[in-house]
Amino acid sequence: MKTPGLLAQRTKGGKWRGVVAFAAVALLVLAVAPVTLSPFRLELLAKYLCFAIAALGIGLAWGKGGMLTLGQGVFFGLGGYAMAMHLKLAEAGPGELPDFMVWSGVEELPLLWEPFRQPWFALLMVVLLPGTIAALLGLLVFGRRVRGAYFAILTQALAAAFVIWLVGQQGLTGGTNGLTNFSSFFGLDLASAQDQRILYFIVAIVLGLLYLGFRQLVASRYGRLLIAVRDGEDRVRFLGYDPAVVKTVAFTMSAVSAGLAGALFVPVVGIISPALLGVVPSLELVFAVAVGGRYALAGAVLGAVLLNYAKTTFSENYADGWLYLQGALFIGVMAYAPKGVIGLAGQIRDFVALRTRGPARRIPAQQPPPVPPGPSADAPAEPVEPVGPVEKEAVA
Amino acid sequence: MRIISFGRRAARLAAVSLAVALATTACASDESTSKGSAGADTSGDTVKVGVLHSLSGTMSISEVTVKNSVLMAIDEINAKGGVMGKKVQPVVEDGASDWPTFAEKAQKLISGDKVAVTFGGWTSASRKAMLPVFEKNKQLLFYPVQYEGLETSPYIFYTGATTNQQIVPGLDYLKAQGKKKIFLVGSDYVFPRTANKIIKKYAAANGMEVVGEEYTPLGHTEYSTLINKVTQAKPDAVFNTLNGDSNVAFFKQLRSTGISAADMPVLSVSVAEEEVRGIGPDYLAGQPVAWNYYQTTEGARNTEFVAAYKAKYGADKVTSDPMEAGYNSVYLWKAAVEKAQSFDPEAVKKACDGVSIDAPEGKVTIDGATQHVYKTARIGVVQPDGLIKEVWNSGAPIKPDPYLKDYPWAKDL
Repeated sequence: MKTPGLLAQRTKGGKWRGVVAFAAVALLVLAVAPVTLSPFRLELLAKYLCFAIAALGIGLAWGKGGMLTLGQGVFFGLGGYAMAMHLKLAEAGPGELPDFMVWSGVEELPLLWEPFRQPWFALLMVVLLPGTIAALLGLLVFGRRVRGAYFAILTQALAAAFVIWLVGQQGLTGGTNGLTNFSSFFGLDLASAQDQRILYFIVAIVLGLLYLGFRQLVASRYGRLLIAVRDGEDRVRFLGYDPAVVKTVAFTMSAVSAGLAGALFVPVVGIISPALLGVVPSLELVFAVAVGGRYALAGAVLGAVLLNYAKTTFSENYADGWLYLQGALFIGVMAYAPKGVIGLAGQIRDFVALRTRGPARRIPAQQPPPVPPGPSADAPAEPVEPVGPVEKEAVA
Repeated sequence: MRIISFGRRAARLAAVSLAVALATTACASDESTSKGSAGADTSGDTVKVGVLHSLSGTMSISEVTVKNSVLMAIDEINAKGGVMGKKVQPVVEDGASDWPTFAEKAQKLISGDKVAVTFGGWTSASRKAMLPVFEKNKQLLFYPVQYEGLETSPYIFYTGATTNQQIVPGLDYLKAQGKKKIFLVGSDYVFPRTANKIIKKYAAANGMEVVGEEYTPLGHTEYSTLINKVTQAKPDAVFNTLNGDSNVAFFKQLRSTGISAADMPVLSVSVAEEEVRGIGPDYLAGQPVAWNYYQTTEGARNTEFVAAYKAKYGADKVTSDPMEAGYNSVYLWKAAVEKAQSFDPEAVKKACDGVSIDAPEGKVTIDGATQHVYKTARIGVVQPDGLIKEVWNSGAPIKPDPYLKDYPWAKDL
């Protein structure tokens, strides 16, 4: 299913169509939305796009690389706190303490905070902190061939531990309250609707660039190797590649995108707190990717926007029972569209083809797919393990 | 085969565009006319007010009761003609026990619904998350729960107790009882940590000794280790700032050690009637608590309040301090609006000083300088029937002092 897409993209017609679709979405996001939406709704859309940036990373690591990472909140948080620390210090001014330290009884700026006064240091840390930690963790874990459910549990435990640590260090991190109350972001006045609009464009552009970058990565030789590792890690190893390195690169990229998402989330929403990075928000990100369709990067983006939009809409209209609707949406998508919303079009076409042309014509072409990746409802519990070469051979 | 896959990729992207387009139009339709940010719409014969509490998640058990009492106050006011001749129309939103959601919904109430005022919040974290939103939009929030003090936002009215109206009187009570060695037990978040910082200062200045300080994560339920530490330290009393269901586990496990409330009282500041029902009165009977209101507080206004609440929500329901503070919030806002003869937040702020109502807890007056309220402190003891009996009160409402400026021992807080 994946590989034909890749080949398709290389041919002229496919590429052209892809470009048109991308341009259409870009036009919507960059031109239509800012004009038609009220400032408040635009801020919300900016928030959804922040989650989409993080989801894109999961799309890469999980969808393409088969690494079910349930702890992206950690990287989201590292990026977010790095940015928030800088904003807090910039606001407090030289020699002054951020407000929460004053009421937490901290008298001197902790050493850890000092370098974050420099904007370049904070920006560097947004990328470097999550990236380095993910790279080290990846080499350690993948080198020891920890994968599947064990990897998922490990990342989830990491998220839980991170939250407990953050809450315990009230003087350093603001505890459960987290860091809030920012008034400016590199010269942008966060209270002004005009500057919020600029911020929205920054988020949208980062998302667009990251999407294009990841697509390029997936289309490259490395991308094929990553998918090969997902579908048959041992085979790749026998061919002479080191799957640990291949996986670590993708995992690191996903961590960096989560870090960027967190850093942009801070000025957009105005808060970063442990409640945003624990097990539940990390799971929500994975749900979003599953709902959108994890086998396509666009699915991850779509899922994040869709799920968060649904969350806002449901909770505004049914304040009392919106969680049930949210749950029903997730179960519904998983049960009837296991490839996510983005796979629906293909599913419908297959269904129509079956009805109109009859089974005879489609059997030769469509026979293999039902057997392989089969992302059924239980898929989140186990990343796609070796499924055999059926699919690839059929394509070749 | 290939042609099908080209189509697929395009279809995927098309699906994305479609979804974004839908979202765009859906959002645009409800508010395309309301480009500006703040500014309540009070032109019609109704005035909208926001009610923002957690209706789902861990905090919902507590916050739903406050939402109920706020809605009851609104109903009562509407039955008597509303505020300045306008019917009050509540817009209820769910904060979902999630701090950023509180900020998002607060903004939605202000710019989407154009509410004149919002009543909401429980945890300090939710208040801290909402604070910048209300300050940015210059709109009012009434926050109904006792908290850790050290805050005065120009756009927040604090109708629950600050530290000198609850924690300090609680400590005075323990001191008067001759308790010298105190053990501090709390959930790991801002209120207990800040409260304990104040308690330690108080203890140092009043010849008391803090013999231990322990925190457990919110929702923690394994207390045998902690109770071992408490019993080894042999304190005269425990000051308990645990929140939510942790109290259930803590008091049950404490009971199994056989230590009675008479030997070592556990003074709680987050356990009210509603929580007593959840923990079970058997485990709590005889333990002291510190609040400003109990269901048993005497006075005709309270009898009326309790009867109205039971009539509306069920005879088995209890009333508690945060519920009463939420109920008062609505009446205080009404009184301030009527004094100002305007719904404008700035006018209400200007007029608020000295605004007073006859509340279930007694007379409650707004202090204009801090936008907190004068409240009577009350120490109660949990009875076997689950209600709380007052054993001491401050006699008169105490002036709010969120930064404890009038307390020499709290100088360098």
